[in-house]
Amino acid sequence: MPKARTKSPIYGLLAEFDTPAALLVAAGHVREKGYRRMDAYTPFPVEGLAALLGFRYTRVPLITLIGGIFGGLAGYALQYWISAVNYPINVGGRPLHSWPSFIPVTFELSILGAALAAVLGMLALNGLPMPYHPVFHIPRFALASRDRFFLCIESSDSKFDRQETRHFLESLGPRDISDVPY
Amino acid sequence: MDGPITPQAAERRRPPVIQPGQTYATVTDKISSIVLVRPTTPGWLAGFLVSFALVMLLFYAIAYLLVAGVGIWGVNIPVGWGFAIVNFVWWIGIGHAGTLISAILLLLNQQWRTSINRFAEAMTLFAVACAGLFPLLHLGRPWFFYWLLPYPNAMGVWPQFRSPLVWDVFAVTTYFTVSLIFWFVGLIPDLATLRDRAKKRSSRILYGILAMGWRGSALHWHRYQTAYLLLAGLATPLVVSVHTVVSFDFAVGILPGWHSTIFPPYFVAGAIYSGFAMVLTLAIPLRAVYGLEGFITMRHLENMAKVMLATGWIVAYGYVMENFMAWYSGNTYEGFTAWNRIAGPYGPAYWALILCNVLLPQLLWLKRVRTSVPALFVLALVINVGMWLERFVIVITSLHRDFLPSSWGMYSPTRWDWATLFGSIGLFVALLFLFIRFLPMISIFEMRELVSESPAGD
Repeated sequence: MPKARTKSPIYGLLAEFDTPAALLVAAGHVREKGYRRMDAYTPFPVEGLAALLGFRYTRVPLITLIGGIFGGLAGYALQYWISAVNYPINVGGRPLHSWPSFIPVTFELSILGAALAAVLGMLALNGLPMPYHPVFHIPRFALASRDRFFLCIESSDSKFDRQETRHFLESLGPRDISDVPY
Repeated sequence: MDGPITPQAAERRRPPVIQPGQTYATVTDKISSIVLVRPTTPGWLAGFLVSFALVMLLFYAIAYLLVAGVGIWGVNIPVGWGFAIVNFVWWIGIGHAGTLISAILLLLNQQWRTSINRFAEAMTLFAVACAGLFPLLHLGRPWFFYWLLPYPNAMGVWPQFRSPLVWDVFAVTTYFTVSLIFWFVGLIPDLATLRDRAKKRSSRILYGILAMGWRGSALHWHRYQTAYLLLAGLATPLVVSVHTVVSFDFAVGILPGWHSTIFPPYFVAGAIYSGFAMVLTLAIPLRAVYGLEGFITMRHLENMAKVMLATGWIVAYGYVMENFMAWYSGNTYEGFTAWNRIAGPYGPAYWALILCNVLLPQLLWLKRVRTSVPALFVLALVINVGMWLERFVIVITSLHRDFLPSSWGMYSPTRWDWATLFGSIGLFVALLFLFIRFLPMISIFEMRELVSESPAGD
């Protein structure tokens, strides 16, 4: 921190737009202006928005892969250990480590591990469940799950200035701007 | 025909996947109002009560089963797998369309899936729940069902992992779990919509807890879409594997009529066939009652009819190949089993299944039938019955006359068999009634996305 700053009294400024196109244009301008701590809230995924907000890649696929590999290995190891080590049953002299018959369960557990990892990983990275978030203070924010598109510049951004940022947001032609309290 | 048809004109002529004139607000309000605003109607109540009465019948049948044992059913030696296994395979087959519609059609970028995927997924869950009941009830001592799972126990024994029946446990529980989380992940943004729309405090709290604080953040959406797509990619091989493993229950056995390599693909096709028939059976009354013709259009119904026609032919090919291989292999027992199916004591069931699954569905070649709602509904019911008969024929005819004529016998279901079958249908329908009352039966956020992509949209 270059200088001791008093914590801003608000969480950020929330601008409301009518269409995804208007939001995309606005997000582009905000990024050009140099703001980095911001987020957009939309009723459905808008293509290219995350990239404009500076979000390039997600670790969800890697987590899913690890979950799948773990599930598969654990499943195979379980079957091997049970069938060949801990509880060997000799059926007509057939091999104890009969790997072809272990494939179905290994496959199922790989899928299970990967699917659980994908969902739990997505939720964990998103920080959900999160019952409280400052944007929920704004009554109009309920429309973010209907037909409005919101852009929030957060006060933690180093460029954030309550007056200046508001003027800048106004220049982008939003429908409405609100202060988001903590 | 009226003049030459350009591809553009043909595209215009196809009924749209969403009715023109819909906006983000109208789709949101229309679908969420079914849950939040619309009062409980007498029709809903009556339907729920009838199905709930059948659930009580199921509980009664189960309670008596627990007290008296599987002897109350018609099963005996040689037919040890009666209605329980027939119903299990039937239900699990029905449970395939949901994940197929959600996952495979998502990966193939088929936009028309959007308005039917949510309730098809719910249908999958409830069908798999009904399916799961049957093998457990069939165990003899259902209260020891957990012995199927590998856990360290004082008896010092473990499940036999070379048995398809144990594979089945893993396949069905994995399928149920993955279908459940796939369905729930799809619901999260819509639960947030309901939380924001709900007027009553209790519903706001309930939907709020379930939505987990979803706020539609762009970063969240990005990870969400990645996870959803990955789940679809995972569910696709899973859905194929589940009925494959179910078919192993039969194909790995050496019984004539079961021991056949065609079983896995033939079972998977049959599962999709019956699943789509069940989706149509549910979609047709739902769209009429809730006025959803703007979302579930004729195009959806026609596409589902085409999928049924295609999978119906794969199933028909399976029937032909079974009989062909029985003859071509020159195996006496296989030949006898095939002949016994066609002309034996259960012959009428075989011919009824051919009528329901092969002959009558050929009407779907006619566009007039594919675009007639009552005709589609009747055909969907016919296919549901046909697919149940198929499993009946597979299970019963192979078992009742095997290698030794001295061990032949006949199977006839008792009233408890029927009570459990109709009870499970009641459970399925009752769960669906609760679902359409408390959760959005069409994915709201995906409909909004569809609006934004349609030419009339933004």
